[in-house]
Amino acid sequence: MRRVGRLLTGLMDSPARGYEAPDSVEQAVALLSAHGPAARPLAGGSDLLVQLRAGLQKPAVIVDLKRIPELSAVVLDDEVLRIGAARSSAALREEPSYRALFPGLLEACELIGSEQIQGRASIGGNLCNASPAADTVPALLVNEARCEIAGPEGRRFVPATEFCTGPGSTVLGLGELLVALHISRPAARSADAFLRFTPRSEMDIAVVSAAARVQLGEDGRCLDARLALGAVGPTAFIAEQAGDALRGVSPDDAALERVAALAREAAAPIDDKRGSIAYRRQVAGVLAKRALRVALARAAERTRG
Amino acid sequence: MTNESKYRFVGTRPLRHDGVDKVTGRAQFGADFALPDMLWGRTLRSPHAHARILRMDTHRARALPGVAAVVTAADLPEVEPGPGPVNLRDLSCNVLARNKVLYHGHALAAVAATTEALAAEALELIEVEYEPLPPVLSLDDALAPGAAILHEGRAPKRYKVSGPTNVAARCEFSRGDLTRGFAEADLLLKRSFRTQTVHQGYIEPHAVLAQTGADGRSTLWCCTQGAFMVRHYCSALLGLDSAKLRVVPSEIGGGFGGKTTVYQEPVALLLSRVSGRPVKMVMSREEVFRATGPGCATRVEVKLGARRDGTLTAARASLWYEAGAFPGSPVEPGAMCIFAPYRIENLFIEGFDVCCNKPKTTAYRAPGAPQAAFAMESLLDELAQVLKLDPLELRSRNAAQKGDQLAYGPRFKEIGLTETLSKAREHPHYKAPLEAGCGRGVAVGFWFNAGMNSSATLHLGGDGGVSLVTGNPDIGGSRASLAMLCAEELGIEVERVRPVVADTDTAPYTDLTGGSRVTFATGMAVVEASRKLVAELCARAARIWDCEPAQVTFHEGRCLPTAASGLDHSPLSVAELAARMAQTGGPINAQAQLTARGPGPGFATHICDVRVDPETGRVEVLRYTAIQDAGRAIHPSYVEGQMQGGAAQGIGWALNEEYLYDENGALENAGFLDYRIPVASDLPMIDTVLVEVPNPTHPYGVRGVGETPIVAPLAAVANAVRAATGVRMTELPISPPRLLAALGLKQNGGAR
Repeated sequence: MRRVGRLLTGLMDSPARGYEAPDSVEQAVALLSAHGPAARPLAGGSDLLVQLRAGLQKPAVIVDLKRIPELSAVVLDDEVLRIGAARSSAALREEPSYRALFPGLLEACELIGSEQIQGRASIGGNLCNASPAADTVPALLVNEARCEIAGPEGRRFVPATEFCTGPGSTVLGLGELLVALHISRPAARSADAFLRFTPRSEMDIAVVSAAARVQLGEDGRCLDARLALGAVGPTAFIAEQAGDALRGVSPDDAALERVAALAREAAAPIDDKRGSIAYRRQVAGVLAKRALRVALARAAERTRG
Repeated sequence: MTNESKYRFVGTRPLRHDGVDKVTGRAQFGADFALPDMLWGRTLRSPHAHARILRMDTHRARALPGVAAVVTAADLPEVEPGPGPVNLRDLSCNVLARNKVLYHGHALAAVAATTEALAAEALELIEVEYEPLPPVLSLDDALAPGAAILHEGRAPKRYKVSGPTNVAARCEFSRGDLTRGFAEADLLLKRSFRTQTVHQGYIEPHAVLAQTGADGRSTLWCCTQGAFMVRHYCSALLGLDSAKLRVVPSEIGGGFGGKTTVYQEPVALLLSRVSGRPVKMVMSREEVFRATGPGCATRVEVKLGARRDGTLTAARASLWYEAGAFPGSPVEPGAMCIFAPYRIENLFIEGFDVCCNKPKTTAYRAPGAPQAAFAMESLLDELAQVLKLDPLELRSRNAAQKGDQLAYGPRFKEIGLTETLSKAREHPHYKAPLEAGCGRGVAVGFWFNAGMNSSATLHLGGDGGVSLVTGNPDIGGSRASLAMLCAEELGIEVERVRPVVADTDTAPYTDLTGGSRVTFATGMAVVEASRKLVAELCARAARIWDCEPAQVTFHEGRCLPTAASGLDHSPLSVAELAARMAQTGGPINAQAQLTARGPGPGFATHICDVRVDPETGRVEVLRYTAIQDAGRAIHPSYVEGQMQGGAAQGIGWALNEEYLYDENGALENAGFLDYRIPVASDLPMIDTVLVEVPNPTHPYGVRGVGETPIVAPLAAVANAVRAATGVRMTELPISPPRLLAALGLKQNGGAR
């Protein structure tokens, strides 16, 4: 096990902070188990370092996960894309086949912070930070991602829809660690899309976000539709009824307006400096239908292709 | 331009002298200074927007090991307000609160300790007992009957009122007969406009390093728009002889008016004096937002009377500007600017300076003018719409000309408003087709520009190079423009002039960098000093040639005998004369100092295209063109940069920028994440068109250029939104929720 000691102390105010950089998942789990809540895992650090500087977190030990090969690997096989939890979102963008499969997920990756931030920020970290406004989470939800978790008791899988339990909280227990995200290849004639609303074009935090995945039937009707909304509830969530409303119907404007109305109903936002309840509800409907429209166009394109 | 042949350097685009330093990181900004044995200072800030300080106990903080000094207002002398425009007693109370805290974040005490973390820990040990008072958080709050009063027992200036008030001052300008003017009108329009508190958006937080010796002599390194201003305020606030204080200005990472006063500078000096060690203080971004002076929130009511042909017959305006915690909003310049671009015979303008529990506002680029222009230029847009006139034509018909008198007295000399309006009408942008859902707006901007006091010193080197020393921090490319003026006069390459921004012991006195005045006023001093240097060079040549100085003339960098002299000598270059200084009378330096009169007013016309998302209320700026009279653009690239920068800031102000306070007066968006200045991808390339109507009072025709470009965008954007949606937004920012609500109102028949 490597000990880099006080490597990070130049960056942080607190003098006696420990730093560990294990080589394996087992070592990481052991460290996290031994230190309990006093230990914080570190991937890209785009959330953690900011929280440390703001004094919101004062962990005794930081466990850097980037030296663990399994957490930094991305593997695509015949069935599944497996994304190591510490892999930077920018790295995903470098491989064109990922974008071809999951354009919506990649759109979400490209909206995290800025170009520089994306060089560090991981999708796993984005999920573990459990912000309701996290950019990649709605896209993970519609794509039915499964979370591979390692812990003292071994490994387990949790659907991404169940991973976040509230703002800043997850299902991860003592000593547990998100290892990877598994996403099945899209079914035939299906595609995803992601849209985010921010006042600025970038370097901003979602006021509302929406991800959609649809599958078209050979007759042009919608076989399946999933819609996820971000920043309009304590966690990003699947708007079940909104998605269901499209199933089996022809996805015309009237159908999309019905979905938009259901999305507004499903939204349970708060009033804060980034948006009012009424505004977020309104925009949730707008983004829902627009994201679905993009996904439908992509699915239709794939049908032709 | 047509004057290409007239000048060798003026109007060209050499690299700026400070360019390499800035792109390589060698330039030293405020926080880059350090000294051995240095302490770190931190500031205790009020958690209340309005409260009486009942008791403060610093014992426990002082007892913390590593803490070397703790200071409060009790350590500052009580100062008189003084005769100047800035009330020194208020400034002292702003730097460290005395008796009352007046805004959330108001400094109360400061600690110097061996580390920042220790200093922060010590702050938590300072005990303060407050008596909270009702916070006054808006103009409406402040002016409401029975409002809590920030400064009890203080009489407003030029304003008669029975009982206590938060109005600190009133100003008034009038001319002609308003009643008659409105009676002559075919059409009357009246509307009220509001803008919110905004930040200048400079990237570099305030930073200072103070060192005081055992003899009481001090040096201060800081980022500021004026080292002499800092010296004056610090010595006045600390009761210090200014001869004992040297202020060294660092490079400055933006100011835009926000660095025209002092905050932690006197406090760092005090901590250094108490501890006997150097003290460094660097604000966090949050502190910058919470506790330094923003641009002020305003309400402006305008009434216009016009004939059917668009001629304005009368205009009336009332302006209320938030001063923040202490009197001194820019309402007076706002009142002076509001009708300045137009010839209106009958007018009445009144302005109110209103205190409330927010940080004391400070200058922000053309202070007071953008808010006033937002109101006037929006209402003119409405007038053009009602009269079915082209909005530029309407403005042209009323445009002020040479000889027209301003509401506040003087008459315009040569001005370029009409030229910018014509250029706008001719510009391809103005004729370009618009897609559905898009709209185009125009607006005019005016700023008087400042003159004030400036000096410059030139030192001739033995090789003919010249050091050009001034005390004006370079916030907009003034090193380049001043060096170019010097090079032009001396006929030497721009690169052979070394422009130096010097400290208060080295530079001759100059007023601060502000009011778009440096290239104009300090530039005048540079030209005058250069001409003195040339006269001295001619005298030296005369000595070499054993003739009268009057028999020597200077042309393109060389002394030569006049034709009338009949003398036949080979010309002597600046370098040749420099090499012979010692033999011809010793060192050659020149200095000029002046009060610059007649800063040429700046006018601009801006064109803005937007697309509005009708379902979210989001506005996208598609195309933007800024046209401005620069008098003479010494360095056109930097003038264009000023125009683009001002437009970008104005667009941000129009669309998204505002301070959000909670009901207790705490700022909710104290950072650039939620205080949304535009990022590069929010803006199109901003096209610029330079108009050059020379300012007759400047030897090169220079007008100030830095502030005018932020005046027009607020209304240009709002007018474009109106054109795109049919909805007139009378309140800034036109943020997506606000616009969507207005669009919804229109759909439901509630809109005009």
